[in-house]
Amino acid sequence: MNKVMSNKWIIALYVLPALLLIAVLIFIPLILTGYYGLMDWNGIATMEFIGLENYINAIQDAKFWESALHSFLLALFSTLSLLVYLAISLILASKIKGSDLLRKIYLIPMLLSSVAIAQLWIKVFNPSNGMLNSILMALGVDNPPAWLAEPSIVLYAIFIPILWQYAGFYILIYYAALKNIPEPLVEAARIDGATPLQIAYKIKLPLIMSVFKVTIVLAIVGSLKYFDLIYVMTGGGPNGASEVMASYMYKLAFSSNEFGYGSAIGFLLLIITLIVTVIVRKATATKEEIQY
Amino acid sequence: MGRIGYIILYFCLGLVALFQIFPIIWLFLFSLKDNKEIFSGSPFALPAEFRWENYVKVWEGGIGLYFWNSIWITGIAIILTVLLASMATFVITRMHWKLSKLVLGLFMIGLMIPIHSAIIPLFSMFLNVELIDNPWSIVITYTAYNLPITMMILLGFYYTLPREIEEAAIIDGCSIHRMFFRIILPMTMPVMSTTVIINMIYNWNEFVFVNTFISSDKYKTLTVGIQNFIGQYMTDWGAIGATLIISVVPILLAFLFFSNKVVEGISSSAIKG
Repeated sequence: MNKVMSNKWIIALYVLPALLLIAVLIFIPLILTGYYGLMDWNGIATMEFIGLENYINAIQDAKFWESALHSFLLALFSTLSLLVYLAISLILASKIKGSDLLRKIYLIPMLLSSVAIAQLWIKVFNPSNGMLNSILMALGVDNPPAWLAEPSIVLYAIFIPILWQYAGFYILIYYAALKNIPEPLVEAARIDGATPLQIAYKIKLPLIMSVFKVTIVLAIVGSLKYFDLIYVMTGGGPNGASEVMASYMYKLAFSSNEFGYGSAIGFLLLIITLIVTVIVRKATATKEEIQY
Repeated sequence: MGRIGYIILYFCLGLVALFQIFPIIWLFLFSLKDNKEIFSGSPFALPAEFRWENYVKVWEGGIGLYFWNSIWITGIAIILTVLLASMATFVITRMHWKLSKLVLGLFMIGLMIPIHSAIIPLFSMFLNVELIDNPWSIVITYTAYNLPITMMILLGFYYTLPREIEEAAIIDGCSIHRMFFRIILPMTMPVMSTTVIINMIYNWNEFVFVNTFISSDKYKTLTVGIQNFIGQYMTDWGAIGATLIISVVPILLAFLFFSNKVVEGISSSAIKG
């Protein structure tokens, strides 16, 4: 039995195809990004080694830091919106009829492609005929803004479809965690005279804390590498007002042919994401998980 | 809690549902209107006349080809991903070898990395082996990048399979291949179907790889195709709406029929255990 189940040839045959694919298409490119970052390279001509020049330029590049700031603002915003999702999930999980259907309705935007979401919201934000301004004008607002053309508001306007896209996802996760709480625990508190708010705050929240912490990491890391929707909706514009790290990197490489410099930015994106992941994990780690 | 309390709660939940669903309904409504009606009428009005010709026009104008590309690229990548992930998960969870934990760890790291950091070297790799502007570069990239999430969904199920099944099969003189393909794989049908549908959503909606690796119109998938297509019809809202609806219908249909699988897949891909 044990001999059959530890046959080296079989193991290699079954695991190597998958392992080779992720090695060649994920891990090697990640390492190469750091290496290409050391090169002066336009994607066509031969590379020329220039040491840390690209990285030094990146650190002094105001545009890069501006895009990084936008990415971190997005991360902050996404993390704060988790509280809203949590509140909705608490309501949804408190013996509401139709919660299953509602949860599925909430999830629908998450299933659409970023391109479809972006194109739809370009229309929603359209200054003269979009859904949003039609509603605002019907409510008596005279000059509603051109949401995506206004440098001071474009970034916040883009937050709305992002919130729209992910609401269902986080509500789904919190709902599942809340439904995992054993009923007798909540029942006992109720018999002892706890109000619904007290039950939510003192019993349910501590019990799903570990799940909440995982979602914080997901929201922050997801925000730092966010790309598709912004790239399609505004291309980072107007004038860099909605540029994020990934869109800045992508445009450097594939629009300006600065493959070396783009790689350096890409490698910084990787490093920043990893460092932030470690910090957030450490910051939210608890000594002991609550058992129930 | 009083009656009024419940009414307020339902009102809040209903408002969120409206916010989530209304933009899509609005999209469907204007996909059946012409510009005159969209620009002068109320955005919430039903079309005076259902202009299905918007759909015919964009389908014949090139969306049909993108749709077909999306179907076959998504389909082949799903088969490859689920098969390779099942094989790898099987030997990692069921067979005995020293490096199994380390190899599993490598796959799980793949869940965390930002894909954009890898895209420049991937592009130059495909350029060197002449796979740029070749749909197979997309198929293998989808396969590789979806392996970690697929394995994560499969893992839990594989761990709970009873050992007795393997023991009985081996005592009966069954080879490992036969055991895997004839006994284990059919047993994992429920979780495999979850991974199929999650992979379908990911592949169907993927944008950045196709946008980077494919330049010919004839190989583009729907996401990138509609992006270019909308450029041509920039001012014809009805046509744009019809294009977007066509691109999201397959996923919405899958959700309508398999919503429990989608919910299960999304929750287990986010949180383990």
